[in-house]
Amino acid sequence: MGLFEKLKASLSKTSAFLREGIDRALRPGAIGPESFEEIEALLIQVDVGVKAAGEIVEEVKERLKREKIQDPGRLVSLIEEKVAAILSTTSKPLRVSDSPPTVYLLVGVNGSGKTTTAAKLAYRWTSQGKTAIAAACDTFRAAAAEQLEVWSRRVGMEIIKHQEGSDPAAVAFDAAHAALARRKDLLVVDTAGRLHTKKNLMEELRKVVRVIAREIPGAPHEILLVIDGTTGQNGLIQARVFTEAVGVTGVVLTKLDGSAKGGIAVAIAGELGLPIKLVGVGEGLDDLKDFDPAGFAKALFAGDRSDQV
Amino acid sequence: MPFEGLTQKLSDIFKKLRGKGKLTEADVDAALREVRLSLLEADVNYKVVKEFISNIRQRAVGEEVLSSLTPAQQVIKIVYEELAAIMGKDVRRLDLTGSPPAVILLLGLQGSGKTTTAGKIALLLKKQGKHVMCVSCDVWRPAAQRQLEIVAQKAGAGFFTLGGDSKAEDIARAGIAQARRQGYDVVILDTAGRLQIDEDMMEEARRIASVSEPQEKILVVDAMTGQEACKVAQVFDEKVGISGIILTKVDSDARGGAALSVVKVTGKPILFASTGEKIEDFEVFHPDRMASRILGMGDVLTLIEKAQEAIDEEKAREFERKLRKNQFTLDDFLEQMRDMRKMGSIGDILRMIPGFSRAKLDIDVDPKDWTRVEAIIQSMTKEERRRPEIIDGSRKKRIAKGSGTSVQDVNRLLKKFSEARKMMSRLSSMDKAGKFPF
Repeated sequence: MGLFEKLKASLSKTSAFLREGIDRALRPGAIGPESFEEIEALLIQVDVGVKAAGEIVEEVKERLKREKIQDPGRLVSLIEEKVAAILSTTSKPLRVSDSPPTVYLLVGVNGSGKTTTAAKLAYRWTSQGKTAIAAACDTFRAAAAEQLEVWSRRVGMEIIKHQEGSDPAAVAFDAAHAALARRKDLLVVDTAGRLHTKKNLMEELRKVVRVIAREIPGAPHEILLVIDGTTGQNGLIQARVFTEAVGVTGVVLTKLDGSAKGGIAVAIAGELGLPIKLVGVGEGLDDLKDFDPAGFAKALFAGDRSDQV
Repeated sequence: MPFEGLTQKLSDIFKKLRGKGKLTEADVDAALREVRLSLLEADVNYKVVKEFISNIRQRAVGEEVLSSLTPAQQVIKIVYEELAAIMGKDVRRLDLTGSPPAVILLLGLQGSGKTTTAGKIALLLKKQGKHVMCVSCDVWRPAAQRQLEIVAQKAGAGFFTLGGDSKAEDIARAGIAQARRQGYDVVILDTAGRLQIDEDMMEEARRIASVSEPQEKILVVDAMTGQEACKVAQVFDEKVGISGIILTKVDSDARGGAALSVVKVTGKPILFASTGEKIEDFEVFHPDRMASRILGMGDVLTLIEKAQEAIDEEKAREFERKLRKNQFTLDDFLEQMRDMRKMGSIGDILRMIPGFSRAKLDIDVDPKDWTRVEAIIQSMTKEERRRPEIIDGSRKKRIAKGSGTSVQDVNRLLKKFSEARKMMSRLSSMDKAGKFPF
């Protein structure tokens, strides 16, 4: 299955909900100011966020007036275009350093999927013959390092780990040196899950970043916030707080194969200007994909159009 | 603080309402419209909100409320009661009846916190004198079994799993058999995270449930999931059957959608709330107290329970005696601080006190500060701890050196202590009942 098919399948509930709702809002004889309010509410309900939803509806209204569009069917594609535009203004590919190692740091709340993402990310490199090393900076959760170690074996990368309870910055330090000494192409740093509401844990994270930046100039090349796609609106708050704390450079949306509503991608890009870099669409090693704004927008509004084909 | 955003909004709305002496139906309607919006924004299920608002409206616009002397108070009281009602009203405890071992099956999505929760339940039951065994049926996630083993050890519980290519249901069966032989009271079955739409994995969950015949089939839900939790719970209930819910990561700023929707939508009670990373950060879910916290009215009951749990009664009495005789020493100070730490962070504690819950608090003490205080006191001689007034300049230097801190740190601590001592002697002379100063 191609990426678009996968996305379409995983966002099918959302898109069906949107299509149905939009059709209801635009049923003959009911079109008016209230239709737009309804559409706005629909968008908010799929986690697009109050601000982005307002923006989308305003622009669509504007264009309807300006371009004198009569056909309500065109409305969906206008919304879709606007969503794609929001998503692509911030869209950027993953940064790769000219002088290896490229360093990616993964941060996020508990249970968002950082360790699994670290492995899948490394696999994108090792499967192309590049070398990778992992830093097990989650020294808090029981057996977190062991989890990463099992993954490392599977994807063929080395791993630097310390004992449970040790200083994550010390692990980062050792890993940075190992990556340099062993001339690795990629260093992927996995960190402990932390709720964005915990100040001292954010301080700990800043220290990890400082150590990496000091030992490898220019690093980390990406600080990726891993967000559970099923989280919904709280993802926006997470993105805001983590960005303030450590300067997140991009977002990985995981678990999009589940019941994720997906609109959160629009909220993050629209409200925070933060690029979505990767999406996790399945449990397989190669199910971590580059984010494609247009494809994502299309999948979000794909609905079930089989009857129209 | 759970549901901080919602709390903020609701208290703003009520402040406006309180500002009015008399209330008209229109005033109530305007306030309810705002309540409705803030609930929707908090990701509470649409139908739940609708019913909630209409219930309140029905009760609030009656003659009795509007013509009472404190109409705003009455309206808030109604909101509080309805809020508690949608979260389940009464506390639902774990059902561990039947011939032992009682089996608790934990289910949920990936990353919702099942393994950590297993350890937390184990500790809670352990404190009630039960012998608990944790069984890892997670044959999928790397090192999941090892994680449960460590967590179980921390909780003082037994652990069981099978290696190799064992099937999850075989592990469950063997674990329960082993627990029965060894006389355990409770078995907690941890399972792999699964998506509710993953048919194969849901089938596995069904097989585990059918061989283990659990008393409780509990869905572990991440509070940040919002009302999506309802759909997840519904599907799990349809396919495997669940008896209750545990909410995790409630210490985040989750907006409340899960807590406020899931009971009403699924008809399943919330049994516990997990409120932090540490194994003891786990509470029985009290709908009324949660309602009170959401409305910014604090939660003194939970605070008292936490204090009781953290503080040994014998010690408290000894402490009280010392207080009365004004013999409070630095050793006692250290001990008291240790007890406080067991209850959670200062911020968490304060937020449970009415009036503080709405304040923006930024006073959480860095754990490292605690360690510093501990180090300083432990670097003192016994005599110095008993009679801090003998600590002069050269002693301070020695203490600072010994604890790896500075003389200023020592001074600061001594000042804090003398203030605490003064306050306590005042308290004990004021309050002859000599209750613990909470």
